[in-house]
Formats: sequence, C-alpha cells, structure tokens
Amino acid sequence: MIELLQEYWRPFLYSDGVHITGLAMTMWLLSASIAIGFVVSIPLSIARVSRTFWVRWPVQFYTYLFRGTPLYIQLLICYTGIYSLEAVRAQPLLDSFFRDAMNCTILAFALNTCAYTTEIFAGAIRSMNHGEVEAAKAYGLTGWKLYAYVIMPSALRRSLPFYSNEVILMLHSTTVAFTATVPDILKVARDANSATFMTFQSFGIAAIIYLCITFILVGLFRLAERRWLAFLGPAH
Amino acid sequence: MFDSLLQTLGLSTFSLKGFGPLLLEGTWMTVKLSLLSLLVSIVLGLIGAAAKLSSSAVLRIPAQLYTTLIRGVPDLVLMLLIFYSLQTWLSQLTDAMEWDYIEIDAFSAGVVTLGFIYGAYFTETFRGAILSVPRGQVEAATAYGLNRGQRFRFVVFPQMMRFALPGIGNNWQVLLKATALVSIIGLADLVKAAQDAGKSTYQLFYFLVLAALIYLLITSASNFALRWAERRYSAGSREAQR
Repeated sequence: MIELLQEYWRPFLYSDGVHITGLAMTMWLLSASIAIGFVVSIPLSIARVSRTFWVRWPVQFYTYLFRGTPLYIQLLICYTGIYSLEAVRAQPLLDSFFRDAMNCTILAFALNTCAYTTEIFAGAIRSMNHGEVEAAKAYGLTGWKLYAYVIMPSALRRSLPFYSNEVILMLHSTTVAFTATVPDILKVARDANSATFMTFQSFGIAAIIYLCITFILVGLFRLAERRWLAFLGPAH
Repeated sequence: MFDSLLQTLGLSTFSLKGFGPLLLEGTWMTVKLSLLSLLVSIVLGLIGAAAKLSSSAVLRIPAQLYTTLIRGVPDLVLMLLIFYSLQTWLSQLTDAMEWDYIEIDAFSAGVVTLGFIYGAYFTETFRGAILSVPRGQVEAATAYGLNRGQRFRFVVFPQMMRFALPGIGNNWQVLLKATALVSIIGLADLVKAAQDAGKSTYQLFYFLVLAALIYLLITSASNFALRWAERRYSAGSREAQR
C-alpha cells in the first residue's frame, strides 16, 4: 500500500511527468464540460419553454435524445463512431478535431450535461411564480430585459439544488473518459492495478479521491445555497 | 427478412450484415442485467431504508455509511473495485472456511455489483417515501390491531409506493444507462455487441447509433410504463388544480 502510494501519488494527483493526469485531468474535464454546458443551456432552456412549437420542439428532441441514451454510448459515437466516417476524415478541420481524444470527450460530456442542465433550468423557469413575471411586466420590462433582469436570476437561483446534483453526477460520469484514453483518476488507478495487481488498493485510492471531491463540491454548493437561496426562508 | 426488405428498398447500407442476432442477444443481456439488478437494489433499498429509520444505532450507522460512501463514489469506480475484488474476497472466504472453491461468473458478479451500488440510491428513495406516509396512518393501523408485518403490507407499503414511484423511475433510468458500462468489465451486453459488429463491418458509427436508438426505445418504453404506474398508485389522491 505504501509503495503503491509512493510510486503513484504524483500521477494520481497531477502529472505522470509528460501529461496532465489524475485529479487535475478530472477537474479539467469536469470544469470544461460544466462551463460549456452551462453557457449553452441558458438560451436552450429559454427556447425549451417557448410557446412557439418550432422553437420548443428541436430543443425538446435534443434533450430527449441525450437524456435517453447512456453517456458511454455518446462518448463512443463521438470518439470512435464519427471518426470512422469517411466524410469526416476527408475534411481537414473535422479530421483534426475528432482525431484528438480530449476534444471528443469534452464534446460528448458538454452535450450530455447541457441536455440535463437545459431541462433543470427550463423546469425552474416554468415553475416561476406568475406574480413575479407580472410585476416585472408592470414595470415595463419586456423581451430580453425581462429574462435578463427578472426571470433568469430567479430561475437560476431556484435551480441551484438540482444543478448541484447534476454537477456531482457529471463528476461521476467523467470516469468513462479513460475509455477514450484520457488519463483521468480512474485511468491512473487502472494502470496502477495492472502494474501491481493490488486491485482493492488501486481502485480504493481512486474512490477516496472521488469521495473527497464530492464532499468538497457538496460543501461549496451548500455555501452557495445559503447565500443565494436565503430569501426562501428559515428552512435553509 | 429485414435485410431483404432493405435490399428491395435500396437501403442496403443499413443492412445489419448478419449481426442482428448478436445485437438482439446483447439487448436481451442488457435488459436481463438491469431487471435483475433492479430487483437486488430494491430489496437492498427496502432493508437499507428500514435500517436507516430504525431506532437502534447499530443498524442506523452502517446504513448511513453505506448510502454516503456509495453515493459519493462514481459507479464505474465501484464497479471495477467490487467486480475485480469480489472473486478475491470469495476465494479468501472459502479458503478460511475450508469450503470448495466457488467461481462466480461475470454475469452474477455484474448483477451483485450493480444491485449493491443502486441499493444505496433506492435506500434514500424509500426512506423519503416512508417518511412521507402520515404518522397517523401507522397509529390507526396499530389501533386496529395489525401487527408489524401487516402494518407494512397493508398500510405503509401501498401509500409509500406513490411517493416512491418518481424516485424509482429516476433510479431505474440511471441504472439502465449504467448497464452500458458493464461492457468495460467484459460482459457481452448491447454496447459490446454494437462495437463488435461495427468493428468487423467497418460501420462503427451506424452500429453505435443503432445501439443508442435501442437504449432510447427501452427508456421511452419504461417511461411510459412508469407514467401508467404513477396513475395507478395515485388513485384516491387529489392534486390541487392550477
């Protein structure tokens, strides 16, 4: 156990000497996909609750597709499936994008988390108190100003508990990245396992690292909730 | 038959190239695996919920530890950890007890592993649902002279199911999608079948998309069934008109 830690603590945390690995890689995957997913899901969630069928429907179809299939398959399609197409390899730009495992992984993760986040935000917009919107309209706010100053700030706050769940689920989902040769925590654990045959210890260390990140994230979100959901009353 | 139909339609690129049975087998494996793990995890979840709500700390603390640890660690890590360690532990046990060597096959190991992981999620679902049943219901049942088992069977369980169903549905969807990961630990499920078929026909994209569509079909069908069950179990309860 001690030898395992002595040999592998560095790859587990940040680097194997050449590449970024382990914890640093997992955190990079997580933050990149969460950031892209967040930014894209805001306009999508507004479109999702639109009253116009042709605006609402494509977004609904997208979330249905990506929430109804496993992330692992989505990653496989992005990483091996798309690159196996002749048409993609013929295009220099697409070819260089999909040849890189990191690009494919972040693309698949971002698309996946964006679908879930869109539904969370859309749900929050839908469950918004009608009085709040009516008051904003009475003050003369319309169009994007109504969304930017009243609806989105309120909806994003109220979706915080569900959003924190999604972030933690995404952290747990980043583990499939090793199947696309991305050296995250689990990849290091597998390497350690195949080199030392200490199965329980190798994966146990990975489990403890993930557990720590989960607890830290839960704590951070609790702080955020205390700050931004304080108006919801003494229950928090 | 399917292939000849495609041929006449001029869509022979979409032919399954004789991999239809393999895909079907993979789908059956996925469905079997997820249903059996669902069963294991529901049983574990009920036991866990009972332990978590028990007044004795000897039961409560291990259950608390179980749900916190399992839900804090990614399912794939747990899968690899438990799946590869299960045989080692079992061999150590049989050695210590001087029993015969027991070899566990990959399928049962997969069921046990998935069931154990999702049991933690079901524990939380059932705990919340049991707590949602009004206290007076149990008291009234006690007043009618029902014993512990009868109280659970006739009073708490039917009412608890109504509160538990949305959670069960969510967990089922997550569990179903998690079974895609078992191909990583070497089980011949739908993903593995699609990858094999795709690699040997050089049509990886097509077969992976096909696998994704099969998953979509299963999730949509179960969504439908769950909505039906929710209607059934909410008989007699009224929702506020909005």
